[in-house]
Amino acid sequence: MTEETLLSVRNLTLTIPTGSGILHAVRGIDFDLKRGETLSIVGESGSGKSLTSLAVMGLLSKGIKREADEMRFDQTDLRSASPKVMRDLRGNRMAMIFQEPMTSLNPAYTIGDQLIETLRLHRRVSKAKARERAIELLEKVGITAAASRLGQYPHQLSGGLRQRVMIALALMCEPDLLIADEPTTALDVTIQAQILRLLVDLTKEMNMAMILITHDLGVVARVADKVAVMYAGELVETGPAKDIFAAPSHPYTRGLLRCIPQPGKTERGAPLGTIPGIVPSLIGEVTGCAFRTRCAHAQPACREAIPHHGDAAHRFRCIHPDGARSAETAEGEPV
Amino acid sequence: MLPFILKRLGLALLVAFTVSFISFSLLFLSGDPAAALAGETASGEDVEAIRRLYGFDRPMLVQYGEWLLSAVQGDFGESYYFKLPVASLIAERLQVTMLLGVCGISFALLTAVPLGVVAAIRPNSLIDRVALFLSVAGQAMPSFWFGLILIVIFSITLGWLPPSGAASWKHFIMPTVVLGYYAMPAIMRLTRAGMLDVLNSDYIRTARAKGAGEGRVLFKHALRNAIIPVVSLAAVQMGFMLGGSIVVESVFALHGAGYLAWESIARNDLPTVQALILVFSMFYIVFTFLADVLNAWLDPRMRSS
Amino acid sequence: MSSDVTDPLTAEIQGPTPREMLKARARGHKGLIFGMGIVGLLVLVAILAPVLAPHDPYAQSLMKRMAPPVFLGGTWEHPLGTDHLGRDYLSRLIYGARVSLLIGAVAALISGVIGTAMGVAAGYFGGKVDAVVTFLINVRLAMPVVLVALAVVAILGGSLTVVICVLGLLLWDRFAVVMRASTLQVSRRDYVAAAQVIGASTPRILLTEIMPNIFNNLIVVITLEMAHAILLEAALSFLGLGVQPPTPSWGLMVSEGKNMMLFEPWLVLIPGAVLFLLVLAINLMGDGLRDVTAPEGRS
Repeated sequence: MTEETLLSVRNLTLTIPTGSGILHAVRGIDFDLKRGETLSIVGESGSGKSLTSLAVMGLLSKGIKREADEMRFDQTDLRSASPKVMRDLRGNRMAMIFQEPMTSLNPAYTIGDQLIETLRLHRRVSKAKARERAIELLEKVGITAAASRLGQYPHQLSGGLRQRVMIALALMCEPDLLIADEPTTALDVTIQAQILRLLVDLTKEMNMAMILITHDLGVVARVADKVAVMYAGELVETGPAKDIFAAPSHPYTRGLLRCIPQPGKTERGAPLGTIPGIVPSLIGEVTGCAFRTRCAHAQPACREAIPHHGDAAHRFRCIHPDGARSAETAEGEPV
Repeated sequence: MLPFILKRLGLALLVAFTVSFISFSLLFLSGDPAAALAGETASGEDVEAIRRLYGFDRPMLVQYGEWLLSAVQGDFGESYYFKLPVASLIAERLQVTMLLGVCGISFALLTAVPLGVVAAIRPNSLIDRVALFLSVAGQAMPSFWFGLILIVIFSITLGWLPPSGAASWKHFIMPTVVLGYYAMPAIMRLTRAGMLDVLNSDYIRTARAKGAGEGRVLFKHALRNAIIPVVSLAAVQMGFMLGGSIVVESVFALHGAGYLAWESIARNDLPTVQALILVFSMFYIVFTFLADVLNAWLDPRMRSS
Repeated sequence: MSSDVTDPLTAEIQGPTPREMLKARARGHKGLIFGMGIVGLLVLVAILAPVLAPHDPYAQSLMKRMAPPVFLGGTWEHPLGTDHLGRDYLSRLIYGARVSLLIGAVAALISGVIGTAMGVAAGYFGGKVDAVVTFLINVRLAMPVVLVALAVVAILGGSLTVVICVLGLLLWDRFAVVMRASTLQVSRRDYVAAAQVIGASTPRILLTEIMPNIFNNLIVVITLEMAHAILLEAALSFLGLGVQPPTPSWGLMVSEGKNMMLFEPWLVLIPGAVLFLLVLAINLMGDGLRDVTAPEGRS
């Protein structure tokens, strides 16, 4: 299994010193990713999913402290990698696209300059060759008249086109891993579906692993092989996408799924679920289950260490061995 | 971009026209320029003679029209004091002032931009604090006093630099520092704020995600965007500096256009003063116009629109 | 849902009120404290000048010309020495604070009224009003301030009133620029739209909805322009075309000391240093007020 594992993260912890104490933004995250596999990290804003991906890329802001028992990308230990080694990986073997296509491209340079720069940072190729590659990729991401687009500036393109350019930019060096941080959130609904389809097709075609960060479970259901659910800096549940949707185990995951209508399951006219309460402050020591302040099944024991349940493939953290599923059924709540 | 340039040019001309009218009419504030010119000891007949000689007896608008008509042809009349054509007088003196202005703005840019960049890269570091101190002190420093202190230190005490005159490059060192320091704080603050802003932007994160090195991120991706507003500011400051050269030139006895302005004002030399106000205004108008055009050209969003 | 109040995760965060936060930020701002302290001190000195000054600032004594200050071997009779006419330097310095502060405050007030009226009108009414105001700002910026002020003061004669009026009529540009931008920002807010919807009159909206919300910015510009006016007055007086002798103006004192600079550099250093300190303090106060009222200002 190790030889096909591309990315392996164990006990990743991120802390941010603030004026009023230490913010425990991400606490003890584990996950693995194989070549060609798509992992979707799901959670509300502020749950630490973007920070986790930036930690993998080595792009955290200066103040943030990163600790992990293991962080391995292919043969490289990311914890001890020098800035030079990280630079050689970034944009080359691991690439990232961001939420805001409108502001993620440099306004001062043409699309072509920015695409060509990426390739020439990592490959010794002539400008002409890099230009050919740029045109090829723009066509691949579905941009027509690609050659003429090279001379255009970002502000001349629509949001959807810019996100396609960002994808082309990420793929210039054929990376092994693509991290997409909410790539469709800022786009129109019709464009969202196109971009998502494009990402799925490209990962298949190039046998590229992808971490797709989103708060949209609808997106997850369509593209992910594996799902990791994050809440307030913790991974509460992780497993194959099919299992998570068929048998959500953690109370938070079930709460999330109740918030979206599911064809065939949600009755017409029935109110959608909500999760009452707000995300707790993570400043200072955080012990026990962070979801206990909003969980219907919370008990005093939730403040203690929380055990993992399930097998290596599908795991969740909760004091209830069945994630309080039996309690919910007894109360007659919809599952 | 051409419509933008034409529109901007029209505005510049309109401003220039208005300024010319104001600078001309300012000198009628005293009520009777003939009396001022004749001096306190002159008799009523003398004043009347002067009034007719210089045409002060005609309506002001007529005088303005004549003045403007010859001014656009480069004729600003004759200096009352020097008895020379004002235009050639100013042209001769402007060389010193222009040299001083170019040296001053270069000094300001060469110190302020690097300081602002470093301060933005390392906020709250020692360099950031030094830069902040220099800019706060610079904004409070009376330039005539700063000039005199430099003379006390470098001319009187150390004897390294000549205190006055314009004979060699050494004469320009202290005036350059004083004039440049006047423009430095604003440029430094804008560079720092612009760099901080840009460094937090999404496209800088994209550049890092590409695997670009720090140097490339800072200079190719960040500075290129942060410098655009600094270009405009530098042009505005250059305009202000030329207008402010009067103080520096008088401290260091540099016989430039600013010094000429001081002399002419003290001597009631109206045609020279009028022409100098117009010339300094024109410099400001031309500089800001060029800066806006350069700005539009540097910023692709404006270039194509 | 657990309502356990002892659980640290559910503990309600008791935030301070905006006013408390403002006060706390002000107390923690060294520049603001320093600036306000110095300005307060100099205002006090200016008010109490007749009490504090050891001598008449105009009394000449040719016998005691250019006595050195105490720290250069002088006597306590004249702690900061005497000038070229034998006048007590400390007394002139103390009375000079009156001139600087008076000119700075009144000039800033005049230009503040002009500039605020123009800026608020431009920002609120927009359209043609805005176009005219913007044009006037452009014209004003194109005129070289020192030169125009010098010329006008020279024509009208360098009295205190003339200097104040000329500076007041010249320095309104920054008020107009800042107030225009602030008004533009505020008038887009919902509460202004709400006031318009319920039929409030334009003067009422300007006074009760717009002015209170741009007041912080106005205070900041007033302080900065006051410093600007003080510096300009000093420069005009230094060039001999501002406040006329024997009025004790710091700029004039520097100018008078300049001729003796070779032998008695302190004649130049002392008034310039006080001028620098006052302007520095006012600027620090202005910057501090901006930081405190708009915390996103500096990093």
